[in-house]
Amino acid sequence: MKNILPIVTIVLALIVIWYGAAFKMNSTWTYDQAARAGTEVTFSDLLSDTMQQSRPLLPAPHQIASELWNTTVEKKITSKRSMVYQGMITLKTTLLGFVFGIVIGVALATVIVLSRVGRLTLMPWAIISQTIPIVALAPIIVVLSNAVGTGTLMVPKAIIAAYLSFYPVLVSMVKGLTSPDQMQLDLLRTYGARQSDVFWKLRLPSSMPYFFASLKVAVAASFVGAVVAELSTSAISGLGARMLIGSQFGEPMIMWAALFAAAILAGLLIFLVGSFEKAARHLMGGRAL
Amino acid sequence: MSRLDTRAEQVLWPLGFGVLVLALWEFGVRLFGVSPAILPPPSAILAAILSSGPTLWEDWVQTVVKGALNGLWMGTLAALILAVIIDRFVFLKRGLLPVANFFAALPIVGLAPIMVMWFGFDWHSKAAVVAVMVFFPMLVNMLGGLAAVDTMQRDLMRTYAASHTQTLLKLRGPAALPFLFNGLKIATSLALIGAIVAEYFGSPIRGMGFRISTEMGRLATDMVWAEIVVSAVTGTALYGIVSAIEKRVTFWHPSQRG
Repeated sequence: MKNILPIVTIVLALIVIWYGAAFKMNSTWTYDQAARAGTEVTFSDLLSDTMQQSRPLLPAPHQIASELWNTTVEKKITSKRSMVYQGMITLKTTLLGFVFGIVIGVALATVIVLSRVGRLTLMPWAIISQTIPIVALAPIIVVLSNAVGTGTLMVPKAIIAAYLSFYPVLVSMVKGLTSPDQMQLDLLRTYGARQSDVFWKLRLPSSMPYFFASLKVAVAASFVGAVVAELSTSAISGLGARMLIGSQFGEPMIMWAALFAAAILAGLLIFLVGSFEKAARHLMGGRAL
Repeated sequence: MSRLDTRAEQVLWPLGFGVLVLALWEFGVRLFGVSPAILPPPSAILAAILSSGPTLWEDWVQTVVKGALNGLWMGTLAALILAVIIDRFVFLKRGLLPVANFFAALPIVGLAPIMVMWFGFDWHSKAAVVAVMVFFPMLVNMLGGLAAVDTMQRDLMRTYAASHTQTLLKLRGPAALPFLFNGLKIATSLALIGAIVAEYFGSPIRGMGFRISTEMGRLATDMVWAEIVVSAVTGTALYGIVSAIEKRVTFWHPSQRG
């Protein structure tokens, strides 16, 4: 943890810059109000006002912190205004999309590694799929899953999350499943091993470090996908939907609180999956990539 | 495994797969009589593209050229400059890299409504969202790229008595190029996502995101699909352009020599 001091310095510097920017950006409003009332603004007035406007252009960090506190600890979890409640919905979407993404990624990687035709056919499309802006597809995905009869928005949102998260898993698994070298493959041939034995006993075990390494990227992608999905499917619940609502009702504090709640949740998810990866690697003999 | 892929195989297999999917789609929609409001057949989508060329062009210019590309160069340039500055200070770099890495994993696209509030409905707010979205992946990649030189090469430059600027221009800059292109590939697809999402929060009456949300509202699904096709082609083309430039510029790198 030798980086702790530089990191703390950078974060503190960012907060200081933030306060400066909040002062600068919100002061226009204060001046306007004062001009309308025909009063002079002293510097201390300006300072205190820019730090506590109810609809600031850029809220000061402590305002966001107190809004977050109000909407997490002070509100009941069942309340629709509670960030915990909204966060749980986004979290559910993320995890569902994450699981879909892992399954699809591993399945496609298996096909790609085992079959030459599969590799030639699927690999270019997998790359192309990631260059298509998923947000353009989002409304269509909602309509199609409704037509199929899924009922809620959860499934289309999870599909969007999975669309972003399968790719890192796919790429890592292809790399992992092809990681055994010729020597090892030859050895299994001298044993007279079948294709399936080679897969289960050599390829799959040797792909595991790659698999675990890809999970952290995949969960982050899935979370971004879940938020993007909530933003672009006019969802009514979830952190992304809170941002939408804040935007529509001109309540910037809601937007900022939702944004920070999303950042905290993303950090937690990445940390948890990262710890899981470390533990798994340790259990498997600590073989680093 | 055994024999090498020929050029024809590399093109024909994926192409054939694409055609097969389109044919099944067309056939399936007609066979089961799916309502065009839910899923129009590819032929209807093609007809929509051909009949509304000017609209699609106007939307494309608004979203891709004005929103995405402007944001892309701003974000990339800012990241490049900051990376070169930060790189001189070990302390800053050690602090900034983890922070930037964390930010790169966040759903920064959530800034879209805030940027629309700050910069208004026109393309400026879209470019701002895109610039922030591409900034962190580019910064992380550039910092990684500038560190990608090994001690031996750096020592060689020192024996030539090269200055910091010379080392940067002749050795570390070129060595960072593969990372730069890697970042650009991520950034181009992020740029399209950012520019389109930001339009869902308010836009003038043109733009791909605007068109998608309004046409979806009137159930003109063929027009939505037409926009999707345009955005997909744009995304793939941008990726292709970056790859082509990469191949030209970093021909010396092991990953390009295959």
